[in-house]
Amino acid sequence: MSESLVASTPIFTPAVFRRSLGDALEMAHGVDAVAADERAASLAKRSLKKESKVWGLKLVISMMDLTTLEGKDTRGKVWALCQKAIRPDPASRDHDIPHVGAVCVYPTMIPFVKQALTGSGVHVASVATGFPSGQTFTSIKVEETRQVVAAGADEVDMVIDRGAFLSGDHQKVFDEVAEVKEACGPAHLKVILETGELANYDQVRKASLIAMYAGADFIKTSTGKVGVNATLPVTLVMLEAIRDFHHVTGKRVGMKPAGGISNAKLSLAYLVLLYETMGPEWMTPDLFRFGASSLLNDVLMQIRKEKTGAYQSGDYFTLD
Amino acid sequence: MTTTLETRDRLAPGAASSSLVEWHYSPSLEATDHFKLASRYNLFIGGEFVEPHSKRWFETINPATEETLAEIAEADNEDVDRAVREARRAYEKVWRKLAPSERAKYIFRIARLIQEKSRALAVVETMNGGKPIKESRDIDIPLSAAHFFYYAGWADKLEYAFPNRNVAPIGVAAQIIPWNFPLLMAAWKLAPALAAGNTIVLKPAETTPLTSLLLGEIIQEAGLPAGVVNIVTGGPQSGAAVAGHKDVDKIAFTGSTEVGKRIQRAVAGTKKKLTLELGGKAPNIIFEDAPLDQAIEGIINGIYFNQGHVCCAGSRLFVQESVVEPIIRKLRDRIGTLRVGNPLDKNTDVGAINSRAQLEKIQELVDSGVEEGAEMFQSSCSVPDRGFWFRPTFFTGVAQSSRIAQEEIFGPVRLKKRTTRPTGCRPASGLKKDRGF
Repeated sequence: MSESLVASTPIFTPAVFRRSLGDALEMAHGVDAVAADERAASLAKRSLKKESKVWGLKLVISMMDLTTLEGKDTRGKVWALCQKAIRPDPASRDHDIPHVGAVCVYPTMIPFVKQALTGSGVHVASVATGFPSGQTFTSIKVEETRQVVAAGADEVDMVIDRGAFLSGDHQKVFDEVAEVKEACGPAHLKVILETGELANYDQVRKASLIAMYAGADFIKTSTGKVGVNATLPVTLVMLEAIRDFHHVTGKRVGMKPAGGISNAKLSLAYLVLLYETMGPEWMTPDLFRFGASSLLNDVLMQIRKEKTGAYQSGDYFTLD
Repeated sequence: MTTTLETRDRLAPGAASSSLVEWHYSPSLEATDHFKLASRYNLFIGGEFVEPHSKRWFETINPATEETLAEIAEADNEDVDRAVREARRAYEKVWRKLAPSERAKYIFRIARLIQEKSRALAVVETMNGGKPIKESRDIDIPLSAAHFFYYAGWADKLEYAFPNRNVAPIGVAAQIIPWNFPLLMAAWKLAPALAAGNTIVLKPAETTPLTSLLLGEIIQEAGLPAGVVNIVTGGPQSGAAVAGHKDVDKIAFTGSTEVGKRIQRAVAGTKKKLTLELGGKAPNIIFEDAPLDQAIEGIINGIYFNQGHVCCAGSRLFVQESVVEPIIRKLRDRIGTLRVGNPLDKNTDVGAINSRAQLEKIQELVDSGVEEGAEMFQSSCSVPDRGFWFRPTFFTGVAQSSRIAQEEIFGPVRLKKRTTRPTGCRPASGLKKDRGF
């Protein structure tokens, strides 16, 4: 399968390229950590004020994958989250706050989410493939993917087999992503690299390229379940890989930093990183998402502040 | 041949332009109302600000707007002579006799006062020199304070630092500094000389005297004994008077190679000691196994930092032939993201060229490059109507022998050459012998 010429999923960006591990590894040169850190830090210093800030924050909301991935998730909690996803700020009289990009849950919650979000435009996203560790059998991963798509997921967030990747079995990682991609059918595949476990930026770039060449529609930093989640420099390194991949294949792959992005200022720094690395084409929820569970209220608070000139108490925003 | 870049098109060939969303960052201007500049600044001689003997003042401007900021005294030979006499007196009577640990206390005090006034100093540095506020705020001013802190710590350790040597001050130092990092260059020169027990006559650059004069006020506030530091402002004639004064023991000059040579000639045959820090045409070399995106950042910082007004700016680029295509593509894209404009805007990456004269020099050299057949790429960014601006530029297809490959441009202009030599060593050193770097 790895050497066959196949078209990637048509619902996003149609492109024809060879799904080849060899091509991925050829592009996987090293990354200079000092310079990458410095570049990310300098972009994080951009100062966004007034209209540009509000514009950015609204875009952040539309790019948000509102997430709950807990063993204690219930139908009631997920239902409440879906209402928040559709109307993040019911108190806003101007009705100018967009809905979020997707609601991201565990597989068993998909039917309730699907029902709650019907007709809203908010996508249903589900994790799959033995999330978060990915330490299960490939056949189960593929079957889980089929089932979440059948249950109604528009987007599937899979994890790579980090054990295989770190022990040098790139072929296994590549094949698994490719198989899960097949199993996704029309659904949109996000591949979680779990960058906090990949040790360095060279590996992050390599894993990004393997995932993209195997068919990922999105690459995503983290599960949110390990010590180190998304960081600005890791996101920069992944975006640079996306940019190189796009140059060679013509396919636009999306990016999703996840975990630890919990305030508006940081989310704007990510948006700046995106804008100044990829340009305006990537400034859309189709190509960039935030995986976040506690970011939304701070963003709403900042938008309200720009509107009224005063910070509101956190009590004025719903906790979901 | 000239190509104007449409950067966004290059990022995504075939992208439907109607769906593109440009994010216009709203202006984010650093406040300027938290300090007030005087309308006129005099010479700082013998611990006092005194009117110049010449009775002449010249205007210093903001190169981003061409507005006058203040009037600055122009020192003539009499003024310089007076400053040197004060420095000599302070050297013989006070400073050389002071215990090194006491000297350190004064220098520490100056460092702390720079930190205290860093916000105003950063804004004035940007207004007078044209550099982006993010650079003066994050680099120039904190580093200036750091230099005073560092050398303060050395003052009482010199005696032990060089075994079997008797460390002693030289005497009166004439220090002539450039306009690219005005306060930082003053710190580089003043702090070590003070720590070692010398007294100083400092001559700031003609176009950027303001932060040096504010430093004069800080020195006054720190209570440094009168005459230990004297600051004389003015044009080339004042500089020549400082460098040529017969009672100066040491000359430290940072600036153009041309003026450095003139000073060297004037000093030849005298007992004066001399330090020169002159221009360059530094090469960057990129091989195919380099991390390319980070190499691009190195290139960008190398030449577009401080509008390229850096003596060690990486103004020449050698690229292994196998990665020429991606490097040029990435460089074009990256140059397109540089934000050129109001230096007081916190998001500005490239500010104003320091002076009209410098802008004309850059333009003249760039024109000669185009004339000699090199291919020029220039950012398509818009620049303000008033003030001195030059779009980030690079040349490809530059011959080793062409003028732009030989002479220092000292602006945001980069030359790119390809090399098939994996070592890249020969072209990198193939400059005129008298380059002086």
